Amino acid sequence: MNIYGIMAIYKFEMARTRRTLVQSIVAPVITTSLYFIVFGAAIGSRIDQVDGISYGAFIVPGLIMLNLLTNSISNASFGIYFPKFVGTVYEMLSAPVSTLEVILGYVGAAASKAVILGIIILITAGFFIDLQIAHPVMMMVFILLTALSFSLFGFILGIWADNFEKLSVVPTLLVTPLVFLGGSFYSTDMLPEPWQTVSHFNPVLYLVSGLRWSFYEISEVSVMLSLASILIFMFSCLAVVYYLFKTGYKLRS
Amino acid sequence: MKSDENPILRITALNKFYSGGFQALKDINLQIERGEILALLGPNGAGKTTLISVVCGIVNPSSGSVSVDGFDIIKDFRKTRSIIGLVPQELTTDSFETVFNTVSFSRGLFGKPPSPSHIEKVLRSLSLWDKKDNMIMTLSGGMKRRVLIAKALSHEPTVLFLDEPTAGVDVSLRKDMWQIVRELKEEGVTIILTTHYIEEAEEIADRVGVINNGEIILIEEKDKLMEKLGKKQLILDLRDSLASVPDSMADYNLELSEDGMQLTYTFNTQRDRTGITALIDDLKLADIAFRDLNTTQSSLEDIFVNLVEESS
Repeated sequence: MNIYGIMAIYKFEMARTRRTLVQSIVAPVITTSLYFIVFGAAIGSRIDQVDGISYGAFIVPGLIMLNLLTNSISNASFGIYFPKFVGTVYEMLSAPVSTLEVILGYVGAAASKAVILGIIILITAGFFIDLQIAHPVMMMVFILLTALSFSLFGFILGIWADNFEKLSVVPTLLVTPLVFLGGSFYSTDMLPEPWQTVSHFNPVLYLVSGLRWSFYEISEVSVMLSLASILIFMFSCLAVVYYLFKTGYKLRS
Repeated sequence: MKSDENPILRITALNKFYSGGFQALKDINLQIERGEILALLGPNGAGKTTLISVVCGIVNPSSGSVSVDGFDIIKDFRKTRSIIGLVPQELTTDSFETVFNTVSFSRGLFGKPPSPSHIEKVLRSLSLWDKKDNMIMTLSGGMKRRVLIAKALSHEPTVLFLDEPTAGVDVSLRKDMWQIVRELKEEGVTIILTTHYIEEAEEIADRVGVINNGEIILIEEKDKLMEKLGKKQLILDLRDSLASVPDSMADYNLELSEDGMQLTYTFNTQRDRTGITALIDDLKLADIAFRDLNTTQSSLEDIFVNLVEESS
């Protein structure tokens, strides 16, 4: 295995984050703080507890999930799209690195950044609410699996996209609505039918539910179902990425 | 599996069809010996970059085989790619990285452990050491070209592909590049370069290949090529104007200039007799006097243009 190759890609991607620290870390932290101020303090003070949890605390897993998803996707998609855009991808294609090694480098870096950000969001939340984490190990499992899965998804997006619009259209028009409609800021019990049933077709609901369970032991769907969903999604993405590299889709002519 | 010690690069019956059916490479067969400099000449769209890209793993071949140092480029891609360096045609660089970091990145990507001393050696040899902490976006085009060469040399390749390395660089820098190429050859690196500049091939290549419409139409040692296909001409400046070439001299196929003041005789240096002595004797008999004479030899550029025109 080309360990040096994996490390080169990983370090290169992490260095990109250091160069864009404000955009990568500071901006999401400020946005999250605004969410806490608006939803947690202003609106939350007028909402009763949700499933026995204060509204401010209830939205923490949803906020973490929102940041994990959007950042995993944007980090990984930009990581592979930019070399394609400027032409430096020739170097990776001509290097002695396998598909798996490329994935480990790019996706590993994107997931690392998303996990670091998730933890920073968690710490930020601690300034606004009294944090309780019932299952910290499971919380980390959910955070890691989500970051990995959506980094893989972002990687696919970056390979598929051949312009900046395509790069942003999926996160903006698909992922963000799914997160907002996936019970991040409310319990689906609060929705009338048929929207409550429709919500169960939203895959993000399973992620938010699983992560929320690791915090407060409350969930909208079974924890095992949540875990199974994220694992199925992750292996599906892995299979697609592997296929894309094997066939050279939009990379090798 | 390693199949053969020599040559360093063997291309057999290589074809490349792009989607849409365009055939960029047609049954290419080529062997490149260790330590030589091969210049691949060809007009735009001839297939030069496609050929390089296939060998380097950037473009998938449609059929045929390519081996580098005896290893197949697909089955043994790790081995072949780790000994190949590529300098692309376009100035594609990571604008926001520093010179040192981007060259170090390339070394790692090609599976080599960090070696600041080697990176320093490469950067010094390319006069880039004083720019090591500069962001690439602040460098001139010529310096960026050097950075690309440094990246290609970072993992100590034994085969180096230079895809139009001096395109768009000034004459001084071009000569510096040629010097770099010569030094690499002295270190035992095999170099395959594509170029539009015939003088570049004439200056540094050991062998010259001409590719047109995806086919290699010629591959020959440069000196032999010049001897074999190079024409020599004897140009005579006449004392008095001639209306036409006398019938008695028709066998010489002389060309008369429009003003009738110059006669041109084309001869082959490979023949035992060039016919020059007989021509001068016959001119005397025909009472045609000349004031001056000189000879010219066709350049590689003339040969290249003739070959491409013939094959098109």
